[in-house]
Amino acid sequence: MHLYYYTMTYKYLIPLYLNKVLNEKLVFMIAVLFRWFVSLHDYSGKSKPPMFGDYEAQRHWMEVTISLPTTHWYFNSSNNDLLYWGLDYPPLTAYHSYINGLIFNNVLPESVQLHTSRGFESKFHQLLMRYSVLIVDLLIFFPAVFWFFRQFFKIKNNNQISQTMAIGIMLLYPGLILIDHGHFQYNCVSLGLFVASVANIFANKTILTCILFSMALNYKQMELYHALPFFFYYIGSVYETYIKYSFFAALRKLIILVLSVLLTFLILWAPYISDSKQIFQVVHRIFPLERGVFEDKVSNIWCQINIIYKLRNINNQTMATICLLTTLISVLPSCLDLFKNPSKIKFLLSLINCSLSFFLFSFQVHEKSILLVAIPVLMYSPQSPFICTWFVFITTFSMLPLLIKDNLLIPFISMSLIYFIVYSNIEKVFSKQKETFKLNLLRNLSLFGCVILTICSIVLKPPQKYPYLWPLIISSYSCVHFIAFLIYFNFEQLMLQIPKKKLY
Amino acid sequence: MTNSLYVMITCVKLLLLPSYFSTDFEVHRNWLATTYSLPLNQWYTAKHSQWTIDYPPLFAWFEYFLAQIAAFVDIDMLSIHNSNYSSNATVFFQRLSVIITDFVFYYGSRKCAQSIASLVKSPKINKKKYMDEKEISIFVIELLLIANITLLLIDQIHFQYNGFLFGILLISISHILKGENYRGAFWFTVLLNFKHIYLYLAPAYFIFLLRHFCLKHGLRLALKRFINLGIIVLSVFSISFGPFVLNGQITQVFKQLFPFKRGLSHAYWAPNFWALYNTADVGAKITYKDLNKINNNSVSMTRGLVQEFEHSVLPSITPHITFILTILFMLPCLYKLWKSTRNPISFVRCLVLCGLTSFMFGWHVHEKALLLAVIPLTLLVFTSSNDCSMFTILSTLCTYSVFPLLFKPFEFITKSLLLLINVSFLYNSGKFKSLNHIEKLYLISLGPLMLLTEVGWMVLKFEQRYPFLPLMLTSFHNSLGVFYCWVKYYLFYIYN
Repeated sequence: MHLYYYTMTYKYLIPLYLNKVLNEKLVFMIAVLFRWFVSLHDYSGKSKPPMFGDYEAQRHWMEVTISLPTTHWYFNSSNNDLLYWGLDYPPLTAYHSYINGLIFNNVLPESVQLHTSRGFESKFHQLLMRYSVLIVDLLIFFPAVFWFFRQFFKIKNNNQISQTMAIGIMLLYPGLILIDHGHFQYNCVSLGLFVASVANIFANKTILTCILFSMALNYKQMELYHALPFFFYYIGSVYETYIKYSFFAALRKLIILVLSVLLTFLILWAPYISDSKQIFQVVHRIFPLERGVFEDKVSNIWCQINIIYKLRNINNQTMATICLLTTLISVLPSCLDLFKNPSKIKFLLSLINCSLSFFLFSFQVHEKSILLVAIPVLMYSPQSPFICTWFVFITTFSMLPLLIKDNLLIPFISMSLIYFIVYSNIEKVFSKQKETFKLNLLRNLSLFGCVILTICSIVLKPPQKYPYLWPLIISSYSCVHFIAFLIYFNFEQLMLQIPKKKLY
Repeated sequence: MTNSLYVMITCVKLLLLPSYFSTDFEVHRNWLATTYSLPLNQWYTAKHSQWTIDYPPLFAWFEYFLAQIAAFVDIDMLSIHNSNYSSNATVFFQRLSVIITDFVFYYGSRKCAQSIASLVKSPKINKKKYMDEKEISIFVIELLLIANITLLLIDQIHFQYNGFLFGILLISISHILKGENYRGAFWFTVLLNFKHIYLYLAPAYFIFLLRHFCLKHGLRLALKRFINLGIIVLSVFSISFGPFVLNGQITQVFKQLFPFKRGLSHAYWAPNFWALYNTADVGAKITYKDLNKINNNSVSMTRGLVQEFEHSVLPSITPHITFILTILFMLPCLYKLWKSTRNPISFVRCLVLCGLTSFMFGWHVHEKALLLAVIPLTLLVFTSSNDCSMFTILSTLCTYSVFPLLFKPFEFITKSLLLLINVSFLYNSGKFKSLNHIEKLYLISLGPLMLLTEVGWMVLKFEQRYPFLPLMLTSFHNSLGVFYCWVKYYLFYIYN
């Protein structure tokens, strides 16, 4: 970042000074601090019987996992009512709940008693729950991010921002903070494992990549959004080895890949392997076809089509097939390109493209799934910080209806404003070129639209006929952006020139 | 840049909305209710709550105006019978009133940072570089002022209106720095009528204005200026206290403002000279008597409500003694100010010393009063390495010493991380370079102390047996540091 010190005018002086003073440790501490600030606020379903929210779901899983034997976790029984927040994540989540449950059982036993603890709420319990998220965040997500950017900055050197800035942009991303530490979920675990596995690809450690990504998949099945790029990247590189070296080198590589994935799965599914009924039940719980094509107001294609044509008329099986086909078509260019040229930067872009396609076209999408797109976008941010942060703002905004429901409006506004200010100061340091001016105007207009819609949805009451007017407009507004970004990122990937001497 | 800084700090404050608040929240709510529901002549005589108004009348008027707005938010908070009322709207309104009035503080700090930067003479290097450094120094001073962690903890979590009041102080200082003495005097008088704790700083103002403004040229001009100043001060006071004088309530008002019934030290000893004195007293007792008896006595001394407390071995202290000691120890620095050439930097240093001295020896001092020294000291960060090192130690200590006020588990991470971030920011910006090894070690020792008193005590299960010890340890440890700072800075000022 030395070259920027030449432009010593007042406008850039203070951001440059801050750039000098704020090192990685400070960024780390500030990121933790903001997570804690958001933790002070309400969580989803606070004091809202009978179903409460995700906070209660996590607590309920602790209760179920420590009280019942492993083989009963996914089955409906008198002790495990699957209609009341039944486990619908893969086994690693269940193990995590189990460990958490053991700790809670020691510290606050009444919060994890079978049956009696439903809807348990207390200030101390909230503190423990918040700590449990913060700890896994610190243990998994933070190290993964630091590790990833260290590897990333080793390889590429035409980055526009420094490593500290990139880490700051990623760790302060409001969407993840608001969902994990406000709304209450453990996305940081699966996303952290995912980031770590990508870091390992950048460090050329194949086995670790496979293990970590399989773990991510086994924490949340939504990580499947990222699976295709991994697949095509490795298939492509195996094929390349075959062309360049020999058949046996390629075969050896393939066997290593398959074995490490299989072994990880075997170990994680150990309690269920013996019985096919168990496996089917778990898979059935994880992929619930009966739950409809989307939940609430999601900013994807189907929700927009639903405005004009009610998708409920189509039965779920057909709908799922349609979803599958459209998703496959939209990921095809990106995946084939990656297969042909398995380079690391294309891999990152392909991660963005595939996850965004999945978000826009696939079946059973939640509004929170946008986090799965935002994280790869943030990982790509050193290459084009302007577009990436713009995208990330829209992702946070697309979750606004959910956040309003959770009473997290103040943290949403504060965190977004802080993020914007942090980013605009970073921008002052790196941007000297003027050609982005028009795009800048467009970005500001788009963000201004977000502000207007936020104010509208707080202040204006929707007409009686359309009670979900504002969430719907917000989702359409975000959806338009996402489609545009999908086209942009696809274009960027396909146009990317691969250097002659490849770094792989 | 600074504008976006304001937005950012405001956002942080908004994020802190659901934090714990102390009884001061109820105190201010009760004042809202009192000023709204009762006529003027009952403001200082109302007995419906134990939290009677103990700030001067301008603050009561301030609460009165707030109450007019509060009526639109939640009328129930303005009823004098709703004690401990804290609906969501009430919390939101009160917190928001602090956040919004803090903009006075931002204004004051910008004014002050600009005027102090123009006072600090540039070493004769090339002009462009000097300009750069000046801009950065303005920014850093402003940042250190408005992102003052102690103020954040006290105002946003514990709940008080210090930011707004310090804003008025900074406005007044900035006028003095620019040489606009009448305005400076006016704003300081206004400040005194908001909160009389700023009397601690009054001697420095008095001496500075008398010697370096009135008695500067000739007797006639001196008399004219003195009369002008007197008119300004008296008119502010008469507007504020006049109605109560007319009602014949002035003695009652003063009784509320200066409650000498409270003990020498607060329930938690502020880290001043008397904390050392109390510790010595406890130590002496332990050497004389058996341990069990002491514990019982000490509990009453460090925990529980405000009360009078008798020393058992060392002689007991009366308000008069503290008053005399304070004046006595202020005299040398005031004399120095009198003798110095007219230099506003010297005035700010004297302000710091007045604040520190009153903090060291005052009667029933709160730990927050250390801010009276720290805020003016922040302005001097770039003047000399001595000021800078003093600021580093004192501001850190000041933050640490308010920690016992925020004892709820949710605030543990908030306060410790805020302190850590503050210290590492100071470290990264090179403010630790001027410290010697002992001072560094002392500051580092705060870390283990915090672990011991906050976590260790819980793990060791000592809180049942020695509940008072963590607080005593904290205030003893901090008072050593503050005492050291006081002596060092005093000597630096006198021999400068």
